Amino acid sequence: MKIIISNSSPEPIYEQIAKQIKSQIIAGDLEEGAALPSIRKLAQELHISVITTKRAYEELEKEGFIDTVAGKGTFVAIQNKEMLREKKMKSIEDQMTDMVSEAQKMGISLEELQEMLLILYSSDD
Amino acid sequence: MTNTLEISNLSKSYKGFHLNNVSLNLPTGYIMGLIGPNGAGKTTIIKIIMNLVMKQAGSVKVFRMDHQAQEVAIKKRIGFVYDTPAFYAHLNLKQLKNVVAPFYENWDDTVFNDLVNRFNLPINKSLKKFSRGMTMKASIAIALSHHADFIIMDEPTSGLDPVVRREMLDFLRGIMQDENKSILFSSHVTSDIEQAADYITYVNDGRVVFSKTKDEVNEAYALVKGGNDLLDDDTKKSLIAVRSGDYGFEGLTADLKASKKIFGDKAVYDKASLEDIMFFHNLQLKNAHQ
Repeated sequence: MKIIISNSSPEPIYEQIAKQIKSQIIAGDLEEGAALPSIRKLAQELHISVITTKRAYEELEKEGFIDTVAGKGTFVAIQNKEMLREKKMKSIEDQMTDMVSEAQKMGISLEELQEMLLILYSSDD
Repeated sequence: MTNTLEISNLSKSYKGFHLNNVSLNLPTGYIMGLIGPNGAGKTTIIKIIMNLVMKQAGSVKVFRMDHQAQEVAIKKRIGFVYDTPAFYAHLNLKQLKNVVAPFYENWDDTVFNDLVNRFNLPINKSLKKFSRGMTMKASIAIALSHHADFIIMDEPTSGLDPVVRREMLDFLRGIMQDENKSILFSSHVTSDIEQAADYITYVNDGRVVFSKTKDEVNEAYALVKGGNDLLDDDTKKSLIAVRSGDYGFEGLTADLKASKKIFGDKAVYDKASLEDIMFFHNLQLKNAHQ
């Protein structure tokens, strides 16, 4: 597991942690059932408050990415890959909806938008 | 969640100083940093908890017990580090240990030796030859060798260089791997508190200005900066205090969301450091006195 925190980022630290763990779970770097460090261990390692790490874990738990078993620890939730993919698709869809409505406001045609997407898609990487 | 420390409506008056209705709670398993300018009342609060100074009103509970009625039971479980360690200077550390150890049922030589090694303290050197950093480390070693559940430290980092200070704060964080421990420490150095505390209690002029989690403080407070045209009596009211110059103003808000609604995107919003927060609260106090 890799977590890098920026103190100058406007994004709250608990969100930075939750996001990074989440993307490592989705990418498969953190496997199902893998044990995560305790909130106290993680707080010590990252030099942050226990309250912050606790909040990050609570966020991840709420979204179903991790499970906390009382007395045992915290683990990457066993979930079905399909569902993870679906979650990711949903978030891309949301972003596209925003993009489309912005484009419409500015009078950008579908063709222009497709062209932009094509350029971005093939140039990225 | 149980509280290791519960203070409610604590008051105490000296000549020229009033501790006024101080209330705060420290949940078990966390570190609370007590900040405030010199003379704000931090040490008085700590001394009252330790029953070294008599309170005049209010209640103090440690481990859910009254701090006076059950003083002995409480103190067995407290590790106390003074700001100016009152040691017998002619002794060495080993002799000092032999003086202190018998007072505690739970005294543990293994822990003590471990701390002495970890802090690189000479066991046979006279204490009066210790540097400030060594003296502080020695009093921590003495205070933490009886498996205390609650560690109270008055200005533990004062007079320490940045390296030793870091070590100290890391050490405190290490203690907190055990969720049954709690720490209360005071400091007027804001970076210590920013680094180590879970809860921040800010005391000024004998009052608690706020007692919140560090995250709450970081998220609610912000600096608002903009042109003087944005300031009028109404918008000013949303800020704790304002400092304005020829080219613009800078103010502190305790409610970032509300301020964004008021000033919109004409103003710039910056993170407020604890130092900013203290500075502007102090400015507010000064303005109120005028």
